[in-house]
Amino acid sequence: MTSENPLLEVENLRISFPTRTGVTQAVRGVSFTVGREKLGIVGESGSGKSMTGRAILRLVPSPGIVTADKLAFQGEDLLTAPEKRLRDIRGRRISMVMQDPKFSLNPVMTIGAQIAEAYRVHSKAGKAEAKQRTLEMLEAVRIRNPERVYGLYPHEVSGGMGQRIMIAMMLIPNPDLLIADEPTSALDVTVQMQVLAIMDELCSKRGMGMIFVSHDLNLVASFCDRILIMYAGRVVETCRASELHAAKHPYTRGLLDSLPRLDDTRAELPVLARDPAWLEG
Amino acid sequence: MITVHDLRVTFGHGADAVAAVQGVTFDVKPGESFGLVGESGSGKSTVLRAVVGLNHDWTGTIAVDGKPQTPHRDKAFFKSCQMVFQDPYGSLHPRHTIDRILAEPIAIHRLGNADARIDRVLRDVGLGPQFRFRYPHQLSGGQRQRVAIARALVLEPRVLLLDEPTSALDVSVQAEILNLLKRLRAEHALTYVLVSHNLAVVAGMCDRLAVMNRGRIVEEMDAASLRRGEAREGYTQQLLRASQGYDRAAADSFKDFA
Amino acid sequence: MSVQTQNSAARTGGLRAWLTTETPQSRTQAKLGRIYLGWLTFTRNTLAVVGLGIMLLLVAMAVLAPLLTPYDPLAQDLGQRLLPPSGAHWLGTDAFGRDILSRILYGSRLTLMIVLLVAVTAPVAGLLIGTVAGYLGGWVDTVLMRVTDIFLAFPKLILALAFVSALGPGIENAIIAIAITSWPPYTRIARAETITIRKSDFISAVRLQGASKARIILGHVVPLCSSSLIVRVTLDMAGIILTAAGLGFLGLGAQPPAPEWGAMIATGRQYVLEQWWVATMPGIAIFVVSLGFNLLGDGLRDVLDPKG
Repeated sequence: MTSENPLLEVENLRISFPTRTGVTQAVRGVSFTVGREKLGIVGESGSGKSMTGRAILRLVPSPGIVTADKLAFQGEDLLTAPEKRLRDIRGRRISMVMQDPKFSLNPVMTIGAQIAEAYRVHSKAGKAEAKQRTLEMLEAVRIRNPERVYGLYPHEVSGGMGQRIMIAMMLIPNPDLLIADEPTSALDVTVQMQVLAIMDELCSKRGMGMIFVSHDLNLVASFCDRILIMYAGRVVETCRASELHAAKHPYTRGLLDSLPRLDDTRAELPVLARDPAWLEG
Repeated sequence: MITVHDLRVTFGHGADAVAAVQGVTFDVKPGESFGLVGESGSGKSTVLRAVVGLNHDWTGTIAVDGKPQTPHRDKAFFKSCQMVFQDPYGSLHPRHTIDRILAEPIAIHRLGNADARIDRVLRDVGLGPQFRFRYPHQLSGGQRQRVAIARALVLEPRVLLLDEPTSALDVSVQAEILNLLKRLRAEHALTYVLVSHNLAVVAGMCDRLAVMNRGRIVEEMDAASLRRGEAREGYTQQLLRASQGYDRAAADSFKDFA
Repeated sequence: MSVQTQNSAARTGGLRAWLTTETPQSRTQAKLGRIYLGWLTFTRNTLAVVGLGIMLLLVAMAVLAPLLTPYDPLAQDLGQRLLPPSGAHWLGTDAFGRDILSRILYGSRLTLMIVLLVAVTAPVAGLLIGTVAGYLGGWVDTVLMRVTDIFLAFPKLILALAFVSALGPGIENAIIAIAITSWPPYTRIARAETITIRKSDFISAVRLQGASKARIILGHVVPLCSSSLIVRVTLDMAGIILTAAGLGFLGLGAQPPAPEWGAMIATGRQYVLEQWWVATMPGIAIFVVSLGFNLLGDGLRDVLDPKG
């Protein structure tokens, strides 16, 4: 399903950061494609999963250097696209949801005004239409009283609602691809489920592709279609989400084993012994 | 070991007052590991901070080791009761070496023999003496949390309060820290109160637990029934379902419990 | 891995390896290693190194003044008055025939004295008052900060003028006046930082060890506030030199015939059109030193940023 007409093609993506002691490679030759599906990228901190997500929109912080044999969105090269074209793609065609809504929302603008602006920037719609669409969108992310929330400031809403608002803002231009970087990690489990359900529904309804970056194996396995497991800047294993439990790579196995389980009777959790050979893939 | 009776904590005054904890009662026996489970805003951390003396505005009864506690604690109290914080990146002084961090409690309590104590406690938490003169920024998250545990243990307390000790760590590191905490409890006959939002962590670490929601204890149960998934209250059942991964139908059925 | 680092450090020997090791063996080594890394960061900022160079030059001028010039900065020679720069008098002479270069060289001692005395008084007072107010909060905070506000409400130079006229003109009184007028901003900075630090877990942790308030403030809060204060003081030094020069210019700072740079400009201003060098040369000196402090402050910010 992905091979026919992939939304995003990434080949041999590399991200490096020059430091005092030399060059640190955050991502070392990652290749994957995303179709109209939910692709999970899982890894621990420092695995390069977030950087991979950011590199797609050329949002890698300076002085990071991004190279790739191919980084194409619907056939269009993102690496060489001029900044102006990229601004057009960001938001309208590809959206990104970050972990903490408090840092991504403008604190001195009402929520409604921000979402409506996001819509108008990309659609050239009138004010009334933008407001109408915004209210519809807030309703779509299951905010019970959209009219009231429209006039609130970001600090007046809870974390869960803030994240739903972020999702509304990112989805209102109707993008083809959503990159979600730990979108629910700061939320309580029940709220997390509800937010995921909203994203799931919007994904299937609009035929949107999604890259879901997370550290939570169980969550990704139950939410996504396909999973990339990253370790030290490389993809060590790719599998269908439903087959994660049958993963072969010792790193993936080690991660799965080290998770505490509710019905655990193990006296000690197995500790991941890192094999230097994993660094080479 | 710890008795909390009708604990109430209110933040703010007058119209802005928020009742964070509304009448919480529980008992922890010596040597027991007790879990406090709940989502953010449930008041679980607030209870812990009141017990340890970081929060002064409470009413009710708190007794530790048989001694009733007032909001302000003396030095002797801290010798017997210590706490480990959630964020290992924020709980170590950025300008102090590990040595200085561990020497501070020894100096405050005038225990003497600092070198031997620091070496022993570092080895206890699985860090070698080569870590002693490093700064926190030279350590990984897991190593920092080990230092934080070492700092709590240096005074040889009988009670350790753990506030989400692994939620800021990677899963593979979480396993190491949980194993370490289990081993330390056995070796030093410690009493634990573990605050966590992660049911699986609590199931593995605790003997008994209380589920909190909106400042109240919803239900108290033992870990064996949690492992079997036997919850009496709807709220706990919902929490159990949510912790088993994403399930569209389950998510749609969730409701707010007041 | 740590064992390997240790071995390689031992093999290569060398001070550099000893300083940069991941596994220091003692408190001193850890501290020196940290200083060395700070020095590396500092030297990557070329302008900061220039600033440091200017500072070292200033110190060298002050210490070596008698060796650098054959002239007495106070000796008048009315036959040689208002001479333009030449081989004999590189920067010319002033209205009393005194060599301007000598006066600038000796004047650097006064400048250094002002800088050092203000630097060890005002920020230290500000740091203590600010951290105490910020950490203790409540009525202590209210009282201390209202007093600070009263001082902040006056324009600095006017307040300094008032103090000097009350105390009498002179370089010592000028320094006292500058110190008294420059502590309030440091108090504000220290208090603001203390309030953000106060709530952090590492302060809670030390409270849970039973540490006294004085111990927490001096051992845990002050070290974190002091770095941003050092940066601020360095950047303020330019202003302090200018205030001292301003007081000198108004005749309320150093008294004639002391070769204070501001006073030199003041006496040179009546000749500024015909004998421009009399006022310009000390002006350049003030400018260069102020610039040096600013560059140095920028570099220190890179090194001392608490997030680094």
